[in-house]
Amino acid sequence: MTERKREVARRPDTAAIPTAWEYAPAPESREVVHLQDRYGLFIGGQFVEPLSNERYTTIDPAREAPLAEVAQAGKADVDRAVKAARAAYAESWSRIRPSERAKYLFRIARILQERSREFAVLESMNGGKPIRESRDVDLPLAAAHFFYYAGWADKLEYAFPHRTPRPLGVAGQIIPWNFPLLMLAWKIAPALAAGNTVVLKPAETTPLTALLFCDVVRQAELPPGVVNIVTGDGRTGAELVSHPDVNKIAFTGSTEVGKAIQKTLAGTGKRLTLELGGKAANIIFDDAPLDQAVEGIVNGIYFNQGHVCCAGSRLLVEESIYETVISKLKRRMQTLRIGDPLDKNTDVGAINSKQQLDKIGSLVQAGIDEGAEIYQPPCKLPERGYWFAPTVFTNVAQSYRIAQEEIFGPVLSVLTFRTPDEAIEKANNTPYGLSAGVWTEKGSRILAMAQRLRAGVVWANTYNRFDPASPFGGYKESGFGREGGRHGLEPYVLLDGA
Amino acid sequence: MATTPVLPGGFELPLEPRLPRLGSVDAVALEERAASLATRSIKRDSKVFALDLAIRVMDLTTLEGADTPGKVAALASKGIRPDPSDASVPSVAAICVYPNLVPYAVERTKGTNVKVAAVATAFPSGQSSMDVKLLETREVIDAGAHEVDMVINRGAFLSGRYAEVYDEIVRVKEVCAGRAHLKVILETGELGTYDNVRRASLLAIAGGADFIKTSTGKLASSATLPVQLCMLEVIRDVHEETGRVVGMKAAGGIRQAKQAIQFLVQVHETLGLAWLTPDRYRLGASTLLNDVLMQIHKEKTGRYQNPDYFTVD
Repeated sequence: MTERKREVARRPDTAAIPTAWEYAPAPESREVVHLQDRYGLFIGGQFVEPLSNERYTTIDPAREAPLAEVAQAGKADVDRAVKAARAAYAESWSRIRPSERAKYLFRIARILQERSREFAVLESMNGGKPIRESRDVDLPLAAAHFFYYAGWADKLEYAFPHRTPRPLGVAGQIIPWNFPLLMLAWKIAPALAAGNTVVLKPAETTPLTALLFCDVVRQAELPPGVVNIVTGDGRTGAELVSHPDVNKIAFTGSTEVGKAIQKTLAGTGKRLTLELGGKAANIIFDDAPLDQAVEGIVNGIYFNQGHVCCAGSRLLVEESIYETVISKLKRRMQTLRIGDPLDKNTDVGAINSKQQLDKIGSLVQAGIDEGAEIYQPPCKLPERGYWFAPTVFTNVAQSYRIAQEEIFGPVLSVLTFRTPDEAIEKANNTPYGLSAGVWTEKGSRILAMAQRLRAGVVWANTYNRFDPASPFGGYKESGFGREGGRHGLEPYVLLDGA
Repeated sequence: MATTPVLPGGFELPLEPRLPRLGSVDAVALEERAASLATRSIKRDSKVFALDLAIRVMDLTTLEGADTPGKVAALASKGIRPDPSDASVPSVAAICVYPNLVPYAVERTKGTNVKVAAVATAFPSGQSSMDVKLLETREVIDAGAHEVDMVINRGAFLSGRYAEVYDEIVRVKEVCAGRAHLKVILETGELGTYDNVRRASLLAIAGGADFIKTSTGKLASSATLPVQLCMLEVIRDVHEETGRVVGMKAAGGIRQAKQAIQFLVQVHETLGLAWLTPDRYRLGASTLLNDVLMQIHKEKTGRYQNPDYFTVD
């Protein structure tokens, strides 16, 4: 080969090397979801028109585009749903063999797996969360919960040795908008496994996966009335809570509403579990594996746009590594990809609603006004829809609102500590007590911290990790009762002598 | 002869420029992050960019007992012009061969941008005397190799004789200094833990490595995504604290374009675009090239070409 030919053979050195590697859009197809224009209420195994005759439009928060009309269930609708649940309880669900109940739950779990793409896409459309999360977290976990509790259905006496567990009857369940289908699974799976029937109200802004779940219920040939879904806002929830023929209320949501529910139920004899807010401390010691701790910080607060009750929203860093951690964190935040929830490369999606966006905005403003230093990575937010850039506040004092109140958005407040005692003191100094994180190489320190942290869940060298076998729930104003694991069955059974 | 630094248990290296603290690695979280980055969906333009890049940073390698001058010449020709039917396909970064084949690779690549890399220091085991290792290094450089891929002394490392490992690297570096780039192979498959990978990476960088490299390619467990991530994080720490730029080479087990893209994405999101040049990043591979070519062809024409159209060298 001659020199000249070689010249031709290789590309000139001057070939422009791009200054950025922009990933091309990689959207998951919406085609897999077939939405109806309007949905009724799922009562007694079929969709019925609401007696209230009221409807509202549910939207895609990333596009501010309407998706479907759903019913706003009124008092009469809730009553109808409770009656259907009561009838199903009396006539079928409490009479069939426990192994039969297990069979239905296994079926539901398998159908959820089979239809997981459809559910994941719809979850992201209606809730704004990245498809990566709905695909890799929400759906696998929802199916896992049904599988897990299916296994318990005919082994309840082993969950409560020397006791005789019996079902309660009709459970009223009210779930939030941050993990719509997963919270539905957390609620419905243990209730059904223990032999109860349910009336479930999905959150006002995210009813669609619950309505699609009705299809799964029918596909699994669950006896009519065992699962009833009523959509609507807080008024529907209030009707469900105050309905006289409901034996148990399970609520996941804000502490404010939780308190109101507890007041309503006082003296009625109805059982209650509450899973409420949180302001978790994520504690980083100086011997922590720092790059992984930074991942844990990011996962703790920016996972699901921070719409997580157990989010690690207060970062407690040992002072000796403060500068390093903050610089690593800021650098990492610059690589977060914010945008279309259905794009497979999106890390941070849309804020769930206008109302939530306003709330985040006002708390962030309060942080600025109080003198905290704000950092947001340079990022272009879409023009339409509800968006908030990942935010970190440094120079935060324990007394600031952003260190005290639950923001429920992608906003992190950073505090420092000098000794383990100070870390404990600061971490526990909150009305909440849902979760906490500890990052250290020292196993003994993990155990010592876990013992003293007033939090229902303590993660060590990880964050926001869930498993159906592990109980979840709070201390103090984060609620009471446990979901998940053997403990998660307890709120749904009557034990002899009780 | 290099001065052997006195290294107490945790090897506080008395080195200039300053190194970051040793630090530790959490295996579960590291693997989780690596797995999460591997789900990036790279399509269309961004895929073409990645495929083109994969070739530009490739060390096209043949390290077989059966290697001959003819085989090396064929490989070099392929590296210079990977796709004779498409002039827009760039050359690879380097041809990587055994020491006694360096002259043939140098001869064939003369006048091109393609560098010649030679494995040295009793590759792949490193089980030889220091004199032999230094002699081999000197010989390959004299024969015209631009880059030397040395192996660390894993036996010494695993028995805690870090000073010995460090000393070997320093002495090989002295031979290379000013004449050839030094890539230090950690052979991570033999190190057992990510903490060891981090430790060995720092040791190699302290000893003067221009690049740190995962593997020899001679073990079943070669370059994995978490191992690369672990090493990239060390490079990032060193750069943050000292400003020194160290390159990364992933080698062994990367056979498909899809894998190569995952490695590139990880570099992109850990160290940024600045590291995605042949000066700072290399993919060592023997069979990857044809799959990348096939994918480029597919991106350009919309269909897969019969493998018979891609030369086997």
